[in-house]
Amino acid sequence: MNSNAQDTASTEGQNDYSLLQAERGSSLWRDAWLRMGKNKVAIVSLVVFIITCLLCFGFAWFCKDPIQQNLTNKFAAPSGEHWLGTDAMGRDLFSRILYGGQVSILVGLVATFVAVTIGVTYGAISGFYGARIDAIMMRIVDTLLSIPFLMVVIVLQAVLSEWSTTTSKWIVENWGWNKEFTNRATNVLPLFFALGLFGWLTLARIVRAQVLSLKEREFVEAATSLGLSKLRVLFRHIIPNTLGPTVVYATLTVPGFIMYEATLSYLGLGVESPNSSWGILIKEGANYLETNPQLLILPGILFSLTLFALNFLGDGLRDALDVRASKD
Amino acid sequence: MLRFIASRLLQGLFVLFALYTITFFLAKAMPGEPFTTEKNLSEESKAYQRALYGLDKPLLHQYLIYPKNIITEGSLAVSTSKGRPVKDIISQSFKVSVVLGLSALGIAICIGVPIGVISAVRRNSWVDWGTMAVAMIGICVPAFTIGPLLQIFIAANLPGIKVAGWGNPQDILLPAITLGLSTAAYLARLTRGGMLEVLSQDFIRTAHAKGIPASKVITRHALRGGILPSVAFIGPAFAALISGSFIVETIFQVPGMGQHFVNAVISRDEFLLLGVALFFGFLIVIMNLAADILTGILDPRVRITGNSSK
Repeated sequence: MNSNAQDTASTEGQNDYSLLQAERGSSLWRDAWLRMGKNKVAIVSLVVFIITCLLCFGFAWFCKDPIQQNLTNKFAAPSGEHWLGTDAMGRDLFSRILYGGQVSILVGLVATFVAVTIGVTYGAISGFYGARIDAIMMRIVDTLLSIPFLMVVIVLQAVLSEWSTTTSKWIVENWGWNKEFTNRATNVLPLFFALGLFGWLTLARIVRAQVLSLKEREFVEAATSLGLSKLRVLFRHIIPNTLGPTVVYATLTVPGFIMYEATLSYLGLGVESPNSSWGILIKEGANYLETNPQLLILPGILFSLTLFALNFLGDGLRDALDVRASKD
Repeated sequence: MLRFIASRLLQGLFVLFALYTITFFLAKAMPGEPFTTEKNLSEESKAYQRALYGLDKPLLHQYLIYPKNIITEGSLAVSTSKGRPVKDIISQSFKVSVVLGLSALGIAICIGVPIGVISAVRRNSWVDWGTMAVAMIGICVPAFTIGPLLQIFIAANLPGIKVAGWGNPQDILLPAITLGLSTAAYLARLTRGGMLEVLSQDFIRTAHAKGIPASKVITRHALRGGILPSVAFIGPAFAALISGSFIVETIFQVPGMGQHFVNAVISRDEFLLLGVALFFGFLIVIMNLAADILTGILDPRVRITGNSSK
């Protein structure tokens, strides 16, 4: 009996998204997971991304020091000691790529987290309260959306990175932290905020549109008539239902932020050498392109592969979660 | 339509003002001073310089005097790092940037839209998968990887095409391709999505049923609606091309505006910074407006409500 009802729900789900969601809230995710499993590209992408993360955040700790220079061993060919050879300063390329990946992936994830937090809250409030508040809040978003994002981020980054240097010094002096670690950490911090602070705009619009339709639905009426406060209805009943589009958008935002990090670092406004990030590595590699193209190409491949994986994963998630949008 | 344009222009002015406010206060918050880059100036000459540029005035005064000067005198103040009027600097490099940006956009449209249409029509075929995979490469490989690779493989092998520089007409080619590739990829994906949406609608089936040749159904009936997402994207795309041009200008040594912006940030030259930012903002507002008008012409539904936010 139970399995029968489930079958009905999932076949109906192909045609009527709203019914599926209204009847069986949790089975949306199960359904999505099943659909996702059929999408080979998305699964391969997920595996690639997980492997990259394991390499960068796990395996990297067993590798050589990424900023240890050895000027007698520049541009070394791959060997047992240096798996991918060394760069212009005699630093181990393999470990620099992995440590660079830590920074790049972390920037992508944390900046997305910042953007999602702001975007969902802002969009939900705007959609939920509607009328005047909504009009004003959305005009603000429209205005900010027309502003050249990268330019403001560049200026903001210039402001924040100076603070990060001061903070780093202060922490080392007062808390006695390891200097290299502190430098590396504070070097990246401004990027999280510079990117996250401006990346939430589109998401706010998406969430708002969702909330606008959700708040008219019966389950919200039911929750309100049970005497729940407005905020509780919003945060416990409406926002969880906007999670699908949010997850999809967030997955597609991560590669965007990784690209921004690389761009900023390439311009000399993001992560700074000797710290490593994929943007830095590509920038350094471009200088020796004619003699040692592997310095550009190897980090470039892992960088592009990660972006590939995340983009395909996002596409797969969208197809899986949003029945209406999937055309196949 | 006139009312629509007027309200959009008003919103554009508001955008520029917001951009000005954000950039102004961020520029003020930037640490360091504008006059430290040259020789070691004495405190007095620094103070003299500050007074000369009006940087000693109260913050609010500075905040208000700049837009006032733009409106009354059309002046964008003088660059503190270059000692020349910002207007001159912009008018010199502006042509380069626009030529580069527009040719990149042209390349992007010429590559992206046909690819999108073809892969939508041949959906789920090898053509579709192949072109979409290539499009994904265009999105995922950054300009600063593609640029150097093009330099190595094309400029080094083809006579007449230089690795870097600006002056001859053919010098545009490599930077424009580098700049336009990711936009082409986005356009291809957007066009494919838009076309798929339209191709599944009833009026297309009707057109086929009436016996109109398939090629005509696609170009006359489907493309008009299918291209809408791409048209709406062109405004932001132009903005992205401009921001992307920082990088491409560095790689190919193109004397455009992007380098001025980055240099202005590095040398704490707030007037140059404001000037370039506002000018870019102005271009983007105009491009967005053009995209909105074009959408209105293509899609009557938008025109009536006068609201392009979907």
